[in-house]
Amino acid sequence: MNLDAVPSYLTPTGQEIVFLLLGAVAVGSALLVVTTRQLVHAALWLVVTFGALAGCYLVLTAEFVAWVQVLIYVGAVVVLLLFGIMLTRAPIGRSPDLDSGNRVLAAVVALATAVLLVTVVIDGFRTAYAPLTEVDGAAKTIGSSIFRTWVLPFEALSVLLLAALIGAIVLSRTDIRGRD
Amino acid sequence: MTAAPAAIVGLPFLAALTGLLLGRKISPIPVAVIPTAIACALAIWVAAVGASGAGTLTLIRTGGIPIEVGLEVGPLSALIGVLVTVVALAVQIYSIGYLKGDPRYSSYAAFISLFTSAMLLVVYAADLLVLYVGWEIMGFCSYALVGHWWEDRANSRAAVKAFLVTRLGDVGFLFGIFVLGFAADSFRIADILAQVPQMSAVTLTVGALLLLAGVAGKSAQVPLHTWLPDAMAGPTPISALIHAATMVAAGVFIVARLHPVFLAAPIVLGTLAVMAVLGMLGAALAALAADDLKRVLAYSTVSQLAVMAAGLAVADSIRPAVFHLISHGAFKALLFLCAGAVIHTVGSNLMSDMGGLARALTVTFPAMTIGFMALAGLPIASGFFSKDAILATAEHTALGDGGAPVAPAIAWLVFAALLTTAALTAAYAGRAWLRTFFGERRTEHAVHEAPPTMRWPIVVLAVPALLLGFAGLAVPELRPELLSSVLGVAAAGLGLGVIYLVWRGDRALDPARLLGPLRPACERAFYVDELYAALFVRPVLAAARLTVAADHTVVDGAVRGSGRAAVSLAGLLRLLQRGNVQTYVTGVFAGVLLIVVGVVMLG
Amino acid sequence: MHIVYPLVVSALLFSIGIYGVLARRNAILVLMSVELMLNAVNLNLVAFDVWFADRLHSGQVFTLFIIVIAAAELGVGLAIVLAVFRNRRSVEIDRLQDLAEPPGPGEEPEPDAAQELEETRS
Repeated sequence: MNLDAVPSYLTPTGQEIVFLLLGAVAVGSALLVVTTRQLVHAALWLVVTFGALAGCYLVLTAEFVAWVQVLIYVGAVVVLLLFGIMLTRAPIGRSPDLDSGNRVLAAVVALATAVLLVTVVIDGFRTAYAPLTEVDGAAKTIGSSIFRTWVLPFEALSVLLLAALIGAIVLSRTDIRGRD
Repeated sequence: MTAAPAAIVGLPFLAALTGLLLGRKISPIPVAVIPTAIACALAIWVAAVGASGAGTLTLIRTGGIPIEVGLEVGPLSALIGVLVTVVALAVQIYSIGYLKGDPRYSSYAAFISLFTSAMLLVVYAADLLVLYVGWEIMGFCSYALVGHWWEDRANSRAAVKAFLVTRLGDVGFLFGIFVLGFAADSFRIADILAQVPQMSAVTLTVGALLLLAGVAGKSAQVPLHTWLPDAMAGPTPISALIHAATMVAAGVFIVARLHPVFLAAPIVLGTLAVMAVLGMLGAALAALAADDLKRVLAYSTVSQLAVMAAGLAVADSIRPAVFHLISHGAFKALLFLCAGAVIHTVGSNLMSDMGGLARALTVTFPAMTIGFMALAGLPIASGFFSKDAILATAEHTALGDGGAPVAPAIAWLVFAALLTTAALTAAYAGRAWLRTFFGERRTEHAVHEAPPTMRWPIVVLAVPALLLGFAGLAVPELRPELLSSVLGVAAAGLGLGVIYLVWRGDRALDPARLLGPLRPACERAFYVDELYAALFVRPVLAAARLTVAADHTVVDGAVRGSGRAAVSLAGLLRLLQRGNVQTYVTGVFAGVLLIVVGVVMLG
Repeated sequence: MHIVYPLVVSALLFSIGIYGVLARRNAILVLMSVELMLNAVNLNLVAFDVWFADRLHSGQVFTLFIIVIAAAELGVGLAIVLAVFRNRRSVEIDRLQDLAEPPGPGEEPEPDAAQELEETRS
């Protein structure tokens, strides 16, 4: 935390430029995710968004998180979503009715949220600055942090994953009936 | 002296009750005939003894004027009672043959008994309200009996028409009773008649006029006569009983019973006379044109009742009119029963299907000839004497020689109308006689005489129809007078002669062609039905439709409209609650947003 | 690095996610939008971790946790979507209106509901 000397916004560092570019890619492809008329394209634009975000994490020195992001999100989540798209027999190609009638209202609410959040964030963190000198997010430091300090939540999380696994299986199988 | 009349009234009533309650479980014929026969014997005994007197069975306290349930026998009541029971007995016996095999015979016979009882109640009642009870029961029985074959829509419509039209008159009748009863402070007929000199002219005029409405309804007088020809849709014995001899005579009977009231109201007498003149001429013309034998007799009934009414309007005595009432009752019942026999044989009501029946119907033909003679007023038949009595009275009144307090002009009018009617009556009687019994036979049915149960009442009724007139010789007032009898017979002969000549011109054609251009109007009874339809029926129907429409659109509309308004208002709220989760989530986000904005702004 | 940059990017992503959740009909697209929102949160956490220079790296650890939870959520969510699809042959969430009051007697059922009914029968 360096409250005294906040470098000027007019002379961005190289890191900042890279981050802003990656951020622009993430936001732009996210916009495409929610506006595209093709389901599969949405999933693919989601890959771009997640990749750009992984880049952002790298710039922010969170190296391990970045790789996990690539592994889990790009590798698993998007594949899962694509399977979902296929299993629900969604049309491949343009489908005109991907947006509901709620669209205008949704845009208003989203825009208001954006304006509010951006205003508040800019107002609150104008002076916040973090010099990115040492790379501190390597697997080793994160690993030791998880297995020392955060081991209990970690175990709890594994139970949660198990529960989610069982839940997903029960929901998916047609031969398991509820107690009528 | 009330036990005998009470029995006379009660026996048919018990028979009706038994017939209606037990119906088919017992044999209906003895139940129908025996009580009526006993009542008939009793009525004859009462009349023969010349008993008179009154008795009160019970007194109903109403808080106002008490109603005395009582019976009273006087000379008039005794005579009419005999007429009613004799005709009823004849009709009951006749119906056994006429309605053989009818599935509803038991209820039919029970209604005849009930009707007889009600008519006898009217005849013997000592109190106007008790009389009114019988009067209304008669109306109901007439409705039920006219509509006996209700499967045919026309019959049930005729029954409804008869009921409604007579009911219209009955409203006036009831209010007339109230006017007179309150003026006399009693509903007893004897008290009212005693109070007549003390009543004001207005009360008497109003009361008598209102009574006249009921009389016109019941006796089928102009302007309420339209129901009677249609009521011929009922079985023929019913036409004989109700629409010839008894019920329609009830109106005339009431005028006779309350004659002092009418005598004290000259305006009403004038009205009655004018009504009677219109009725007798119009109905006689309609009878001349009608093709349906029963309709001829029905119009003839209207016409003859008008003659009686005229007789009451111009006379200060009721004897001539009552004399005619009784002789008419006899010969018209005879005519109807004969017509029934003819119709039974031919299988059609229309005279254009009859003809040439004189040889085949060896009993009906002479009997009906007697009936037509009496109707036409030919000498030695009963009609001659009774009609002559009325004619003579009208002549006396016109000449200012006593009589009722009506203007001489009206009396002259009545006199002239009576003579014209005599000619017309002879004409239509002759026409019906010739068309039915002579000329070519136009029916394809095998003609045969009626069964004995139908034959005997005809024979029995033929006797009084022929000879009843001589009974009038006992009363000086009713003896034939030279001038009037010569005029009457001349008029009848003229009518008969003209018809015979026209008929002889071409025996196959209807002598009604004599009427020329008037004939269509006469056949439709001068378009009175059409006039009433235009004046009353259609406006009432239109108003009813309007009411229905108003009820549907305004009253129901308000109810339904409030319901719909509530639903559509709820529909506005419902737009928010359509089960679309996205809408809900949008609301949640918007709410959170507003809260955050509030926190940022205020904090 | 100005912390405002990642924060603004994350705020924009979050808003886009909200838009996607509210405006998309297809349930799978809605799930994608939810992922966008979760990622916005992740970016926030990482940014604050860097800013605070936390020695325990709680921000990054929580990001990992969230990734795991997001994966679990997606698994269960997709299972639900598939179950719905099995039952109704449709994953369009604005047609899943069973929460609404059923139409009263004599009232026209809503066009969507009628269509859905027919689809359910076929």
